[in-house]
Amino acid sequence: MMLKRVNDDRDLSAAKRIIGEASFPSPFRSGLEYASPARGTWNIVHVGMLIPEAHEIFVCAASCLRGVVLTAAECGMEDRFSTVEIKENNLLDGDLEDLIVDGVSDIIKKLKKRPPAILVYTSCVHHFAGCDLDMVYQRLRQMHPDIDFTDCYMNPIMRKSGLTPDQLMRSRLYTLLKPNNIDENTVSIIGNDFSTDDESQLVKMIRSAGKNLMEITRCSTYEEYQDMAKSSLYISYYPPAKAGGDMLEERLGGRHIFLPFALSYDEIEKNLKELAGVLSCPLPDFALLRQKCEKALEHAKQIIGDTPIAIDYTALPRPLALARLLLEHGFNVQRVYADTFIPLEKADFEYLKENHPELELYPTVHSSMRFMAEKENNSILAIGQKAAHFCGTNRFVNIVEGGGMYDFEAIEKLCALMIDAYENEKDMRNLIQIKGMGCGCI
Amino acid sequence: MRQTSSVISTYSADVFGVCSALFELGGMVVMHDASGCNSTYTTHDEPRWYDMESMVYISGLSEMEAIMGDDEKLILDIITAANELKPKFIALAGTPIPMMTGFDYTAAANIIEARLGIPALGFSTGGMGTYISGASMAFDGIVRRFMDKNVKKSEYRSANILGLTPLDFSVNGEDKSIAAFLESSGFSINCSLAMGCDIEDIKNIGAAHVNLVVSSAGLSAAKTLFENFGTPYVIGTPTGKKYSDQLRRALDKAVSSCENIVCKNDAALEGDIVIIGEGVRSLSLASAIELETGKGTKVSCATEFDPSLLRDKDAVLHDEDYILDFIKDASVVIADPLYRRIVPEGAKFIPLPHEAFSGRIYRRSIPDLAKDAQTIISEV
Repeated sequence: MMLKRVNDDRDLSAAKRIIGEASFPSPFRSGLEYASPARGTWNIVHVGMLIPEAHEIFVCAASCLRGVVLTAAECGMEDRFSTVEIKENNLLDGDLEDLIVDGVSDIIKKLKKRPPAILVYTSCVHHFAGCDLDMVYQRLRQMHPDIDFTDCYMNPIMRKSGLTPDQLMRSRLYTLLKPNNIDENTVSIIGNDFSTDDESQLVKMIRSAGKNLMEITRCSTYEEYQDMAKSSLYISYYPPAKAGGDMLEERLGGRHIFLPFALSYDEIEKNLKELAGVLSCPLPDFALLRQKCEKALEHAKQIIGDTPIAIDYTALPRPLALARLLLEHGFNVQRVYADTFIPLEKADFEYLKENHPELELYPTVHSSMRFMAEKENNSILAIGQKAAHFCGTNRFVNIVEGGGMYDFEAIEKLCALMIDAYENEKDMRNLIQIKGMGCGCI
Repeated sequence: MRQTSSVISTYSADVFGVCSALFELGGMVVMHDASGCNSTYTTHDEPRWYDMESMVYISGLSEMEAIMGDDEKLILDIITAANELKPKFIALAGTPIPMMTGFDYTAAANIIEARLGIPALGFSTGGMGTYISGASMAFDGIVRRFMDKNVKKSEYRSANILGLTPLDFSVNGEDKSIAAFLESSGFSINCSLAMGCDIEDIKNIGAAHVNLVVSSAGLSAAKTLFENFGTPYVIGTPTGKKYSDQLRRALDKAVSSCENIVCKNDAALEGDIVIIGEGVRSLSLASAIELETGKGTKVSCATEFDPSLLRDKDAVLHDEDYILDFIKDASVVIADPLYRRIVPEGAKFIPLPHEAFSGRIYRRSIPDLAKDAQTIISEV
């Protein structure tokens, strides 16, 4: 049953496509945008807080501050968060630069503990007003030489120009790293909100090669974070993290390799072979690992049977790759929720279009989606919070951004999570509304 | 320094006030914004989002559209969505970038209305005021647009409640408690703007004999109704027995004399109990505390409010530093829990969660002051 209809003559047809008739990468028209109540993905406040001991200062108008202030408050991170509010007079007076410098300095003076680093987030307003940010940061660094400053951005108006806000933020995370002597034994995985699964072949291979593995999520002090600059190798696999890896290679000298999150055996093996080549380490037994995955998929299929499955893009970066994997193994994947697809999804899109043309695609922000959430339909198994919300199901895999899973282990663990979701209903309504899943938000 | 907050939160913004005020009325509210405002509003400022069907969207403004002045994109997007979703009206409100580019909300609304044949309203918020200014614009705008100027006064004594949004009253039933107060005072409820009412109620809004302004967001609409129908207004929210009695008398007096009344305790009680929050609600609580305990209070009004409506000892203060100075000698501070960290050592802090400040964090502890203010008063 859908939400109660006030007006039944609405035409909601534009919010559904079958993949056989959809175009890549954007199957739906862009227009007014809706926000579903599923909040689990991380935002720029959560991501910035990954830098240990750093303090965030947002310089924005009230409407922009509201969300980030309360994000910090909900995570209990108010001690590491401050604001400078832009008012109309600042635009008229043209004193945006002074406002940042004076505001940030005033906040530093009031903080109980002087932070080692400050992330200053400016906004669309600065961009449009031509604010001289270079001068601003130069002055801040001169005035507070013991504090490392970096420029971060909350300027969503630029989301269609250059790097996306997500790519940009994951890149800014590493701008505070200072050039250091390269240590051949230090390897960093970058750009993730969750530590990479210790059971993944990626982590096992790095460790078996005798390397010291670093991830920002594993750092507990700013000093430890700085050690990432010693890395001889930077690895990214979460697609929005790639730009940050390229920046690190250029700036600090370590090599960057992008081993994109994948769910096909061939792609996984290609990634791991590249890693083995770089680390000069042996390869795992691919045949055995494939066999384990096949067994896990078979076991999950036995339990889940023909239960309809819906997947959304927030659960993991390649929903179509997952849809393909499951459909190839006999699962009844019926729906994918995504507004657009990243280039990595092209081959899977074409495969599904050819082989499973009836697979349904739904957007998540299309205006009609306001009226497309079903109420209580636990006959569907959802993978991801948005899919769970729109399908109205308490049977759902509650992960965001891949949850740190990678390579063969990702397939095995996803199977286990699907079985768990199928067998154990969750409190979907409350779980999906928690912001930044896994960051400590209430 | 002005405009900096080293520790405290930020009040909900004007654009969200527009959305909140119009949420239940069956329209389509569009925030002209790049991204983020819809998530912020629906996560932190709109407790009805999950359960109540309402159309609130953002335009998804891009850099190129803003630079090139491509307003037609917005207009077409609204028309397309409205043709599919059939709203009763359309409201357009804005954020900083459209303000900087001089976007004309009224003109855009007029174009949309002319093309669609659906009433459309433009509200020139810039994302830089508090929710009070936005909700105030929205209440006044919707009343001006839909009120039937030829409506006759109701046969029985009736009242409108003006200024209701969950940002000030959450969804804990306080709107109904206020209605119950009016009913127990001999008034039937004509229109409860805008929780639990619809466009038809607004058409009939001029039929009431008096308006009860329960938050400063309702004041502009009250003035409009006074101008158009001669309906007097009383400013105050029922809080505690003695103050509620005073409010009741004020309502009677307003009806009989057509006089507009700010219901507050003006007795010269000096005191060091400070209440921080929205103007009307804080002034009502302050008066209630004085009447019930004899202890002096002063109000730090943190949102837009006409200072002339306050008492001499009260102030309108938006900035952390000024609020810090105002409360430095306080013995008791009553405010949202997110103010706790600036309360001076030695002062007693009484938390009074306010959705417009702390969003959903303390929603379950927001009290229905119209029903039970005694719990807080007894803590003073």
